[in-house]
Amino acid sequence: MKGKPSSWLIAGLVVLALVLPQFVTNKYYLNILIMSGIWSIVASSLNLVLGYTGQVNLAHGAFFGIGAYASALMMLKLQMNFWLALPLAAALAGFFGFLIGLPALRTKGSYFAIGTLCFNIIVTLIIDRWEGLTEGARGLMGIPGPAPIPVPGIGQIAFKTLAAQYYLVLGFLLLTLFVMRRILNSLVGRTFRAIRGNEELAEAVGIPARRVKILSFTTSCFFAGIGGVLYASYIGFLSPELTDYHVSFDSLVYIMIGGVGTMAGPILGTLLFVTIPETLHVAAEYRLFVYGLILILMIIYLPRGIVGGIGSLARKKPKGGA
Amino acid sequence: MNAILKAEGLSRFFGGLAAVMDLDFEVKAGEILSLIGPNGAGKTTVFNLITGALLPTRGRLQFFEKEITGLRPHDTAALGIARTFQTTSLFPDETVLDTLIVGFRCRTRMGVFDALLKTGRARGDEERSRRKAEETLAFIGLGDRASELAKNIPQEAQKRLAVGLALVTEPKLLLLDEPMGGLTEEENAGMMRLVQKIRGEGISILLIEHKMKVVMKISDRIVVLNYGRKIAEGTPGEVGRNPEVVEAYLGVGDAE
Repeated sequence: MKGKPSSWLIAGLVVLALVLPQFVTNKYYLNILIMSGIWSIVASSLNLVLGYTGQVNLAHGAFFGIGAYASALMMLKLQMNFWLALPLAAALAGFFGFLIGLPALRTKGSYFAIGTLCFNIIVTLIIDRWEGLTEGARGLMGIPGPAPIPVPGIGQIAFKTLAAQYYLVLGFLLLTLFVMRRILNSLVGRTFRAIRGNEELAEAVGIPARRVKILSFTTSCFFAGIGGVLYASYIGFLSPELTDYHVSFDSLVYIMIGGVGTMAGPILGTLLFVTIPETLHVAAEYRLFVYGLILILMIIYLPRGIVGGIGSLARKKPKGGA
Repeated sequence: MNAILKAEGLSRFFGGLAAVMDLDFEVKAGEILSLIGPNGAGKTTVFNLITGALLPTRGRLQFFEKEITGLRPHDTAALGIARTFQTTSLFPDETVLDTLIVGFRCRTRMGVFDALLKTGRARGDEERSRRKAEETLAFIGLGDRASELAKNIPQEAQKRLAVGLALVTEPKLLLLDEPMGGLTEEENAGMMRLVQKIRGEGISILLIEHKMKVVMKISDRIVVLNYGRKIAEGTPGEVGRNPEVVEAYLGVGDAE
């Protein structure tokens, strides 16, 4: 119904994702899958506020960066365990989202987009210049990976192999999607969509729009922070560029291509965009140019992205067109 | 009868222009009060002031003897003031049923953690919202369109849905802004029956409507605005004979 994939399809995809490392043993491809997983978390979380609540947040790179840098600094400078740094850094990203959301979400539409873009630039500048804390342009090196989890009786789960890293990222991707699904399928999620559809009307039926937008924004930033932590501990190196607006725009492109306001869209978009340039070895300088071109074409011809397009086709078919 | 809504000296200026000026009026429990006047008389501004979409420059508003001046729309909605908009306003991509379900949100208490853990409160709230939405769906006579998208249903059905969305919030006072605008003669009658049915539920109604035939037939009382000021008030019979009202509507010396 309503063009939603059946639960069988979802279960099938999850099983496929779980057994994938059995078939993909090539390190190069596993690496691409892990990166796709991390960026899927970032894009999906952006989709919560952008696709489902209708607020064009262009600061997602900053919240990704806050999560990444915060966890890296906690582990490097405070010798904190990864499993403690992860929730703390994500919560910090969420908290910054809340603080920024308070004033920024008073504005609407393009004003909000521009405001968040400015915030992103400021965050990147601070990370770049505050050398005493962040090492500035030299970047942070030697960020530890996830600490092994002791399991009584068996030994421990270590995260030394790529397959183990893959499962770690997959686990957090599934957690992100699970949380989003629970929220979006509830009355709370309905208020998100109401604001996207018609904010004035939402207010008129008693939905405190600003509070709801802050909730959506904060949640979104929290998961962007998780993406950042996973990235930092997987790659082991961070530099200020990783927090800048390119990250925001990349996530935006993944969502727009895959399907804005759909669960599968951001993941599909991310898979396409992380996999194809990697395998085709497209020169990095042309990347943004190609992105821009594809984005313009998509917005004109397929405004709801690939998944949205398939969805509306599926809806139209039985009636023979709208 | 008791007044449920009371406006005293209500004024709103836009720059130097008074859209509403020193307006006093009351809505009594269970009545249909119509707000009429020529275009630009300030009727919709009065709605915006009551709901808090606009803040009054001067004056005060009381709802059930509680001060509501300065409250925002989501607060006044929670207190029991619902409205429709002049240009039929809906959530275009939601189905008819989903539109009504979210309208009940202001009567539920579940939060985001209830949603995550699917607590008993979440299940109860979801269940109550669905039940209330289905009830309202039947009440406005759109039961056969539950799964259609709001943007795809005919205009008359959209107007009903907009009224239904206001109703699902369980208001004590309903503000209807031209519910018959753009409807055919036949559809007017249907909408009028719906408005009377709503009053039958004990909900007071403040109505803006241009179709005088409808206004004269349906209203208990009428308040007439011209250039933001009240120029007359009374039963349809009284207002219809008031020379100032006739003049405002038809101009001096004109006869029908």
